[in-house]
Amino acid sequence: MALREEAEVKAHYGYKDGAGDFFIIIDTDGCIRCEDRGCVTACPEGVFEIITDDYDDMVAAVVEEHRQRIKYSCAPCKPDRERPDLPCVTACAPGAITHSW
Amino acid sequence: MAEYWRWKEYRWHDEDKDWRDGELITGGVDVGSVSSQAVIVVDGELYAFSSQRTGSDSPESARKALDWALEGTGLTLDDIGFVVGTGYGRVNVPFSNKAITEIACHARGANFMYGPSVRTVLDMGGQDCKVIRCDERGKVSAFVMNDKCAAGTGRGMEVFADLLAIPIEEVGELSLQVEEEPPPVSCTCVVFAKSEATALLREGWPKSKVLAAYCSAMAHRVVTLLEQVGIEKEFAITGGIAKNVGVVSRLEHETGFKALPSKIDTQIAGALGGALFAQNLLKKKLSAA
Amino acid sequence: MITAGIDMGAKTIKVVVLRDGEIIGRAVTLAGFESREAAEEAYAAAVSEAGITVDEVERVVATGAGRGYAPHSGADVSEVASDARGVHRLFPAARTVIDVGAEEGRAIRCNEQGKVVDFALNEKCAAGAGAFTEAMSRALEVDIKALGAMSLNSKNAIPMNAQCAVFAESEVVSLLHAKTAKEDIARAVHDAIASRIVSLARKVGFKPDVVLIGGLAHNIGFVDSLQRALECEVLVPDDPEYIGAYGAALAAAEV
Repeated sequence: MALREEAEVKAHYGYKDGAGDFFIIIDTDGCIRCEDRGCVTACPEGVFEIITDDYDDMVAAVVEEHRQRIKYSCAPCKPDRERPDLPCVTACAPGAITHSW
Repeated sequence: MAEYWRWKEYRWHDEDKDWRDGELITGGVDVGSVSSQAVIVVDGELYAFSSQRTGSDSPESARKALDWALEGTGLTLDDIGFVVGTGYGRVNVPFSNKAITEIACHARGANFMYGPSVRTVLDMGGQDCKVIRCDERGKVSAFVMNDKCAAGTGRGMEVFADLLAIPIEEVGELSLQVEEEPPPVSCTCVVFAKSEATALLREGWPKSKVLAAYCSAMAHRVVTLLEQVGIEKEFAITGGIAKNVGVVSRLEHETGFKALPSKIDTQIAGALGGALFAQNLLKKKLSAA
Repeated sequence: MITAGIDMGAKTIKVVVLRDGEIIGRAVTLAGFESREAAEEAYAAAVSEAGITVDEVERVVATGAGRGYAPHSGADVSEVASDARGVHRLFPAARTVIDVGAEEGRAIRCNEQGKVVDFALNEKCAAGAGAFTEAMSRALEVDIKALGAMSLNSKNAIPMNAQCAVFAESEVVSLLHAKTAKEDIARAVHDAIASRIVSLARKVGFKPDVVLIGGLAHNIGFVDSLQRALECEVLVPDDPEYIGAYGAALAAAEV
């Protein structure tokens, strides 16, 4: 498809509603360099998958079913008290994953 | 019974052009949750398009969209070298050769409609709201898509048009007929905003003021989405709500960015991008053969 | 001692009158557009049912979203505190309270003394509260009171993808168009909101006994979906929508 030479796509998956902003942001520049795909297995809810994007690169993405309910999908890893480090963020070697909440 | 939410469906084709003189004829079909568009591009130029409400069946909606765009042109599906399907129903365009996400298609379409200087595209669609950052070739560098919540979408606006019994095409203009800008409705949620609006009407607020309050809240909501990926000029708006001057003017005011004007209908951006991608792919296919 | 509790809810106002901890009068009315007036009406009705005069009420405490507008009250308490207090009196073994009202859903964890330990809210989004089932019942053209029973007759579990009340309404219309059985759609509606409430409960770490209160507790379809999703029994008191006002009235007695 289109040629790709430089910086890749920063994808925001999730939503904003009356209660706030709930997004997982994936800097797919990091995905291009990644070999382990640690995020896929690290997440206990299966939020991540590897897809071929519009520019024919294999990058991480949030699974379709989770995008509209990401606040609920991530809730088990985000208890109010004693919140541990998020497994997906820890597993991502290139540091491509951030959460907006 | 009047249906205030029902916007006009339409089609167009270039009567000064004969597609038979063209070399590369491609199509883009965008099947959204609310509306479906089909666009035909001949040698890099817009030749025909249609826009109508999506029915209950996606493949049928895709078919109808294309048939209507082709109506009166003499062009048939067999004459089209490559079709790209996009939008929520892109996997259900049975006659498409490839499906491409609406993110990539909107960026590409906006690049064509607004020129290579566009860097931030806001698409306010029927059931989603997205912001796309792109480069001078229309290639995506960042995106955020919100399709979980009706606030900031066409459906949200339809609910209000219905509530106030104002045809949706008049909503924007009416919202500007206020002497003083009222505070925005406090609820982001369309369902709760509707209750709030009902209470305001009871208090004696004229419809124009209620619409102003709602368009203001919608604009603000969209601005926070824009800020998530950042706005870089030039800024352009696609999708149905781009035609709502009440939301657009408030958006421009709040962001400090003017939206580029477009001579081409803003609702066809996705399908247009698809047809342009189709052209590249057709070229590759032909040169490989 | 005679006390009263006024719960100024988003949709309805509930008043409970207590004499020495026993309920002697109660009333509910739609909040409408003039919530203070509606509250006066409900208050008068509850006092009348109690067979007393307004002057005999010694203390009034208000709760609920509109508690700042409550008439007669000398103090107010948060909804979370009232819920916990009210439930604890009726169910001393309760450790989790789930309250789903018209516009807000709450999950509350409390300890053996009935004190709030943690809570989480579903607010500002109709999909997480009673407004969701109401909107869906309209889309299905079924009376909201009949929706619950209808869903229990479902033979198939179907997914509901939309996470927004407005989009879910469109989804229901599409499902009806595709000739999906209303019972199955009704069940999907209850499963959908139950799953959002359960996420809330998980956030605070729910623990039995789990008690459900609030208007939506009347909906047997929702209760069924909630129990299935929580995989544990859910206790529902009689007159579940009054528990907030009951808790406020109890608080009035303890001041």
